[in-house]
Amino acid sequence: MPEDEPRISTSRLDDETLLITLSGIWSMKGPAPDTGVLEELRSGSSLLRVVLDTTGLEDWDTSLITRLKRIGDTAARRGIVVDTGRLPPGITSLLGMVKPASEADLPRAEFDREEFFYRVGEASIGFVESALDILGFVGETSVAFAKFLAGRARFRKVDFLIALQDAGAQSLPIVTVIGLLIGVILAFVGVIQLRLFGAQVYVANLVGIATVREMGPLMAAIIMAGRSGAAFAAHLGTMTVNEEVDALKTAGFSPVEFLVLPRVLALTAMLPLLALYTDFMAIVGGAVVGVGAFDIPYAQYLEHTARAVPPLFFALGLIKATIYGALVALAGCYYGIRCGRSASAVGTATTSAVVLGVTLVIVATAVTTIIYDILGV
Amino acid sequence: MRDPDAHIEVRDLAIGYGSYVIQRDLSFDVAAGAIFVIMGGSGCGKSTLMKSLIGLHPPSAGSIRIDGTDLWESEPSTRRELMLQGGVLFQGGALWSSMTLGENVALMLEQYTHLDPGEIEDVVSFKLGLVGLAGFEDFYPSEISGGMRKRAGLARAMALDPSILFFDEPSSGLDPISSRRLDDLILQLRGTLGTTAVIATHDLASIFALADDSILLDTESKTMIAAGNPSSLLKESTDPRVQAFLRRGEI
Repeated sequence: MPEDEPRISTSRLDDETLLITLSGIWSMKGPAPDTGVLEELRSGSSLLRVVLDTTGLEDWDTSLITRLKRIGDTAARRGIVVDTGRLPPGITSLLGMVKPASEADLPRAEFDREEFFYRVGEASIGFVESALDILGFVGETSVAFAKFLAGRARFRKVDFLIALQDAGAQSLPIVTVIGLLIGVILAFVGVIQLRLFGAQVYVANLVGIATVREMGPLMAAIIMAGRSGAAFAAHLGTMTVNEEVDALKTAGFSPVEFLVLPRVLALTAMLPLLALYTDFMAIVGGAVVGVGAFDIPYAQYLEHTARAVPPLFFALGLIKATIYGALVALAGCYYGIRCGRSASAVGTATTSAVVLGVTLVIVATAVTTIIYDILGV
Repeated sequence: MRDPDAHIEVRDLAIGYGSYVIQRDLSFDVAAGAIFVIMGGSGCGKSTLMKSLIGLHPPSAGSIRIDGTDLWESEPSTRRELMLQGGVLFQGGALWSSMTLGENVALMLEQYTHLDPGEIEDVVSFKLGLVGLAGFEDFYPSEISGGMRKRAGLARAMALDPSILFFDEPSSGLDPISSRRLDDLILQLRGTLGTTAVIATHDLASIFALADDSILLDTESKTMIAAGNPSSLLKESTDPRVQAFLRRGEI
């Protein structure tokens, strides 16, 4: 047996007394010691006393302590007395420091949190509360907006400009790529079907109408939910964690007015522009496929697009984009401002902001499309 | 009865979250110009009590009056007026991270005074100079050390010459020397400007160096178990819990 192994052996001193000898090097990184002793403690009949002998110990760490505790606990359960008198003082004092947690110290829940009805009740109350809270937040933001219209809103212009820049110029690269690809995809899918009827030139109409009325604003909104919505939540969330929001309140500023309003204004202003840009990029993407791959004459493609998409369609798309912009910004700011006070809460806030933002955008798409249909536009 | 010298009067205050009570039956006065320390172990509710005093966390019961006006019963606009009478130094400084130190101090001046930009600049450099940060106007909070951030937070708290300064754990995260310098600064401010200071802390060195008056909050009994000058409490209190706290557990 190599020298550095932990060794544990037993022998009977008499009928009632078990001697456990611990020796060698006990290390958490080394090999695991044999566990037969515990079996013997559990099953050994007529045992009344355990004596521990550690004179042969060369070195030890927590692995020895946990094993001794296990021996002690097993013995205690059978009412066997453990004689720790021969242990080195270091080990005895370490063992003495670990007191079992008393019932009174642990926080106790009023109900069993695992119980089904408790969880359903908790979830229902939570849902109603958060719905009311969101409503309150929207109300607060509306009041702040009214103040802004009256020229009395207090926020830093530079915050607004930074949000404007972030949601505008800095978003162009990603919007360009996504816009082009959406155009390419729509054109490919469309042209393959339309070719069956010899009507591939109408792919220009398909791409134009689909992007300007629906896909342009929708894609721009989803990109901005992932970009600005998440950024708003993370930024405001971190400010909450650092007590910066509290500091604003004590300085007499309304966080909604000071932090939320400039961001909502910026995104609501920029999203229509981004949507317009996405429309343009998608039409370019569609033209690349139609003209480049399927030999539709360039002029004909343009003419079809122009005829299919009257200015009204652009207006309808821009109205949608404005709504999406407000929804995405509100979702991001809401979770940022209501963020908990830890690093993980910021992560949760960001995730929730994107999920709620995208969900709201999709719901709004459906609702506006139905309204447009009823209005006959 | 209202004590004419009392700057802040707290009566039968209970604080907590929802139905969970952290502290109850708190009644004390903070005299004008005094340094008042809220003492207590970690997690006893010092910070929550502080939040109620500065208008951030509504109490569950009782009243807080500042110069005779009830903070939580008054109209939001009155409450804001009252809140502006106090400056707050938060635990980590809580400087607005997207603004420079100068902008942090200037924001309230721009909002609540009629000073022109040049005068605001003068006030800002004066306040930063008071806390030993002259010349740091254009630094962002992320570019300076934790101790400097605290001092900058104090400069911001003093921007509007508040009559009360609130300090939440001023010595947390500071080395003994920086902590001592902050204590000296608080004493100087009181000496020169007569500012009332309310400090939540468990730092014994600061407590004995600063406090004119104090209360000790207890986690177990969920209320204050002592009130008075800490040095006199140390001499006179017979309550073992008070003695244990003031002697770092050595009785």
